[in-house]
Amino acid sequence: MVQDPKILLIEDELEIRRFLRASLANHGYRLLESETGQGGLNLVADEHPDLVLLDLGLPDTDGLTVIRKLRGWSQVPIIILSARGQEADKVKALDAGADDYLTKPFSVVELQARMRVALRHATQDQNEAGEPIFTLGRLRVDLERRQVFVGEKGVHLTPIEYRILTTLIKHAGKVVTHRQLLKEVWGPDSVFERHYLRVYMTHLRRKIELDPAQPEFVLTDPGIGYRLASS
Amino acid sequence: MDDRRRDPDALLLRVQAEEAKKSRGKLKIFFGAAPGVGKTYTMLEAGREQAREGIDVLVGYIEPHVRPETQALVLGLDVLARKEVPYRGTKLVEFDLEAALAKRPQLILVDELAHTNAPGMTHAKRWQDVIQLLEAGISVYTTLNVQHLESLRDVIAQITGISVAETVPDSVFEEADELELVDLPADGLLERMREGKVYVPHQAERAIQNFFSKGNLIALRELALRKAAERVGAEMEDYREEHGAAGVWPVNERLLVCVGPSPFSAKLVRATRRIAGSLKAPWIAVHVETPADSRLSEKDRAQLSQTLNLVEQLGGETATLSGHSLADELIHYARSRNVTKIIVGKPSRPRWKEWLQGSLVYELTRKCGDIDIYVITGDSEKRSATTAVEPIRSSSTTNAYLLSLLTVLACTLVSWPLSYFLAATNLIMVYLLGVVAIATRFGRGPSILASVLSVAAFDFFFIPPFLTFAVHDTQYVFTFAVMLATALTISTLTTRVTFQAESARARERRTASLYAISHQLAAARTPEQIAQAAVRHVAEAVDAKVAILLASDDEGRLAVIGAEAEGFDPGPHDEAVARWVFDHGEIAGHGTTTLPGSAGLYLPLSASHGTVGVLGVLPNRAWRPIEPERLHLLETLSGLIALAVERVQLAAEAARIRVQMETEKLRSSLLSAVSHDLRTPLSVIMGATSTLLDSVDRIEPQLRRELLGSILEEAGHLNRLVANLLDMTRLEAGALEVHKEWQSLEEIVGAALGRTSQQLKDHPVVTHLQPELPFVPMDDLLIEQVLANLVENAAKYSPPGTPIELTAFANDTILTVEVADRGPGVPHTDLERVFEKFYRAANSRGRPGAGLGLAICRGIIELHGGQIEAENRPGGGTVFRFTLPLATTQPEVPPAETSTET
Repeated sequence: MVQDPKILLIEDELEIRRFLRASLANHGYRLLESETGQGGLNLVADEHPDLVLLDLGLPDTDGLTVIRKLRGWSQVPIIILSARGQEADKVKALDAGADDYLTKPFSVVELQARMRVALRHATQDQNEAGEPIFTLGRLRVDLERRQVFVGEKGVHLTPIEYRILTTLIKHAGKVVTHRQLLKEVWGPDSVFERHYLRVYMTHLRRKIELDPAQPEFVLTDPGIGYRLASS
Repeated sequence: MDDRRRDPDALLLRVQAEEAKKSRGKLKIFFGAAPGVGKTYTMLEAGREQAREGIDVLVGYIEPHVRPETQALVLGLDVLARKEVPYRGTKLVEFDLEAALAKRPQLILVDELAHTNAPGMTHAKRWQDVIQLLEAGISVYTTLNVQHLESLRDVIAQITGISVAETVPDSVFEEADELELVDLPADGLLERMREGKVYVPHQAERAIQNFFSKGNLIALRELALRKAAERVGAEMEDYREEHGAAGVWPVNERLLVCVGPSPFSAKLVRATRRIAGSLKAPWIAVHVETPADSRLSEKDRAQLSQTLNLVEQLGGETATLSGHSLADELIHYARSRNVTKIIVGKPSRPRWKEWLQGSLVYELTRKCGDIDIYVITGDSEKRSATTAVEPIRSSSTTNAYLLSLLTVLACTLVSWPLSYFLAATNLIMVYLLGVVAIATRFGRGPSILASVLSVAAFDFFFIPPFLTFAVHDTQYVFTFAVMLATALTISTLTTRVTFQAESARARERRTASLYAISHQLAAARTPEQIAQAAVRHVAEAVDAKVAILLASDDEGRLAVIGAEAEGFDPGPHDEAVARWVFDHGEIAGHGTTTLPGSAGLYLPLSASHGTVGVLGVLPNRAWRPIEPERLHLLETLSGLIALAVERVQLAAEAARIRVQMETEKLRSSLLSAVSHDLRTPLSVIMGATSTLLDSVDRIEPQLRRELLGSILEEAGHLNRLVANLLDMTRLEAGALEVHKEWQSLEEIVGAALGRTSQQLKDHPVVTHLQPELPFVPMDDLLIEQVLANLVENAAKYSPPGTPIELTAFANDTILTVEVADRGPGVPHTDLERVFEKFYRAANSRGRPGAGLGLAICRGIIELHGGQIEAENRPGGGTVFRFTLPLATTQPEVPPAETSTET
C-alpha cells in the first residue's frame, strides 16, 4: 500500500466532508475535496489521487456520469456512497466501474475497511502475481494446484464453482455484482440469468460453509451481488 | 297575559319565512289600473334614486316603445341587451334571464310582469323569470296592471268584455315585498291618450279603444285601489301578528270547490280563490269521478285537467275522488278535511233533467249539516256538449259496434229454434243476455245500439206478422217499450259497475305500487338499488319511461343512475331541464309552465336537506296532457325516492366520517409515537454531545467513550426508525415495487442475519432450513427486510441469552418461514393487532421503535400474495410465521458441467 494515500472526496454535504476530513486525517490519509462532479474530475486529472469517494447524489452531474467519464482514462479505485433503497443505482454504478459501495449512514470504521480493501486491490493489480495460497479463516485455496480446503478437509468443487470462488477471491472484500460474476465465470457473452448463479452459489456454500444460512465466507448483498468476507 | 301570548307555531312560521326572505331578493311592484298611468316612468325614477344611493342597478327590460320622457330616464343606467328570438320568420325581443343572472346586479328593473315569453325561452311567463331572479338574491322592480291578476280575470272580462290571456298568479302579487300604486284618474289618463302619451300598438288599436272607455277606466281604477287597500289591510294584520297585538283571530276556515269538465269551472276556481284570499283560508278543488266521466270526450278531459292546473297555479290543493253520488262524496271528503265552506256552481241544466237525476245543490244543502254552501252563478258559456260518446275501450270503436250487431244476430239465431217451444215474450231474455254481454265488454254506446237492434230484431222475426216491422197486436208496443227500457237500464248499470271496478282496480294498483316501492326502497342499500327499484315501479305506476338522475360527483354533475333506465331517451335539451330542476328544486318540463318544450317531465327529488336528484319521466303519448292525479302520484313517488336516496347518502356520509375519525385517531397516534421515538434518541445525542463539547478535556476517557458509544447507538435507532417510516410511507403510497426473481431463501436468511448481527449479539440464532428448499419467486431486498424486522423484533422483546429460532419448510404450493423467540409472548387478544400500524406491546415501554416493523412485514408479505400471523409458543414466547406462494415450476437448471472435479 502507498504511504499517506491521497483520497479525493466528491461530496456536496459540508457536514459529511467535515467529519470525514477529521477522521481520515487522523488515520494518515491526505484529503482532497470537491463539491461537484466536474470539479472532482478536474482534481483527478490534476492531482492523481489514490482513491475516490463519490457521493451518488451530486448537485451538478449524477455520480454515474462521473464514473463513466473517469473510467475513460483512469483506473483509480472508486467507492460510492449512497442511501438505502437505491440498489438499482448502486448496481449501475458498480457495473460502470465503481469498485465498492457504502450505504449511508455508515460508520468510519466500515469506511476505512472498504478503503483498505480497495487500495490493496489497486496495488495488487499493478503487481499482478499475488499470493499462490489464499487464506480466509478456515478456508484455504491453493490457486496453483486448484485445491480447496476447509480446515484440514479437502473440498471437491466443480469447475464452475471453483471459478466462482476464485473470482470472488480476486475481488476479496469487494462486492462483485451478479453481472460481473456471470461475465467473469461464463465469459463476456454469457446469456445466463441471475438465478443460475444462485443455484451454483447454493451448491458452493453447502460445500464450504458450516451453516449455509449463516455464511462465514461467501456473503450476499441483496439486490447487488456477492462478496467474500474480508480477513 | 297568557291569552295575549303569540301562537308559537305561527311565530315559527314567521321566523322561517323571514329566514327565507333574507337570502331572497326583494320584489317591488309598481301597480296601476291601466296602461299609460305611468308605472314604467315611476319605476325608472325609483331605479335612478337607488342608483344614486350607490345600489348596483341594471335595467333588465323596458318595453321598446316607451315615450321619450321615459326613455330619457334610462340614460346613465346599465342596460341589459335584449335577447332576440326568431319566431315564425320574425324576431321577438325578450328579457335575457341568463345574462341577468350572470351579471348579478343588486337590483334589476323588469317591465311588464304579466308578459308571456316567446316559445323556447326558459320559462313560459315573465313572472317565473322574476321569481328565479329573486331566488338568486337579486331584487326586482317590476310593473303590473290590475287586469292581469289571475283571480280578477272574470271580473275584468265582465267589465271590459275582453278576456285577458296574460295573467299573473295572485301569490306572486301577494308575496311582493312592496307595492307602489301608480294612480291617475280616468280623465287624466284619457287626456294623456289624446296627447299621444300612451303607446298603442297599431294592430290592437280598436280593441284598445274599446278598452279605454271612461266607464272601464273608472271600474279598473276602483279595482286597483281596492286591491292595494286589501294589501294594506293584510300588512296591518301582519304587523299586529308580529307585535302580538290582541285582536280578533280569524277562525280556521277551509274552502272546498267542486269542479268538473265545464269551462265554467275555471270561473268557479277564480271566485273561490278570491273568497279564500279575503278569508286567508286554504282551499281545495275537488273533482268527483263518476261513472259518467267514462263518457267524457278528449276535449272535456283536457278542460278538466286545465282547470285543475289552474287550481295549483292559484295555490289551491286538488283532489280527485271517485264514487257514485257526487253529493255524498263531497260531503264525506269535506268532513274528513274540516272544510267549512263548499262552493258549487249554479246548475245550468234544464229543469226536467234536474228533476230526473236530482240536483247537486239541493242534495248538498240537505246533507251538509254545519258546512256552508256557496252557490256561484255561471254565465252564458255553455258546457260544451258531450260530443263524442266514448266507449271504455276507444281503440276498437268500430269493431265494438260491429260486434253488437253480430251479437244481436246470434241472439236471433239462438231464439229461432226456441220460438217453437217458448212464448215469444220469453225470447226477450235471450236478447237481454246479449245486451249485458255487450255492455260488459264494450260500454255504453255499443250496448245502446244492441238494445235498439234487439227490439227491432225481436219485432221483425218473432212478432206476427213475421218478417215485417208491423205489429198486429198493439199490446206488443208496450212489450217493446219495456224491453227497450230494461235493455237501456241494464246497459247503463253494467257500464257503471264495470267503470267502478276498473277505477277501483286502478286505485288498488296505485296503492300496491306505492306499498311495493316503499318496501323496496326501505331495503335498498345503494343509490343503484334505489334507482333500480324506483325506475321499475314508477314506470309501472304511471306508464312511462323513467330515469333517476343523481349528482354524480363533487361538482354536482347529474348522471343517470342504474342500468334499468333503458329506453329513457329524451331530447337534446332535456339535460339542461333536469339541471334546472335540480338547481331550483321545482318541477319543470313537459306539461308544466317551465321549459314546457322538453320531451320529458322532471321532478326534483327533494329531501329534508335539499334536492338530492331528479326523477325524469318520459310520458307516453297516451297520457298527454299530464293530469293532476298522475302528477300527484309522481310527486308522492318522488318524495319516497328522495327520502330513500337521502337515507343512503347520509349512511354513506356517516361511514365516511367514521373512517375519517379512525384515520384521525391513527394520525394522532402516529404523531405521538413518532415524536416520542424521534425525540428520545435525539435527546440522548444532544445531551451527550453538549456534555462533550462543554467539558471535553475534563471528562474521564472512560466516560467519554461511554457517551460517544451511546450517541452512536441512539443514532443507529434513529436510522432504523427513519428507514421504517420511509418504508411504511412507500408501502402506503403504493410506491413499493416488487421485483420478483427466483431467489434462494437460504441466501436471504444469511443476508438478513448478517445485517442484524449487531442487534443479535446477545442471542444465539438457530436455523432449521429444510434441505433442498425450492427456489421462490420473490423480491430479495423486501424479504430480507421482513426477516431482518422479525429477528430484530424477536431480539428486542426476548431476554438476553434466549435463542431465536429460524425455521423454513415448503410443501408443493407454499413456503413457510417461522421466526420464534422465548420472550414474554403477546396477549391472546392482540395476536391480530400486532401487525397494525403503531401497535406497541404493553411491555414495550422504554424500547425504541414506532410499531412499524411488523406492519411493514405484513405489507410486504401481502404484496407477495402471502400471509403473516403471530402465535404464542407452547413453553413461552412468540412465533411469527409467514408464507409465500411457490411457483408451479422451478427455474431451469443450468446445463450440466462437462468436467466434474478439480
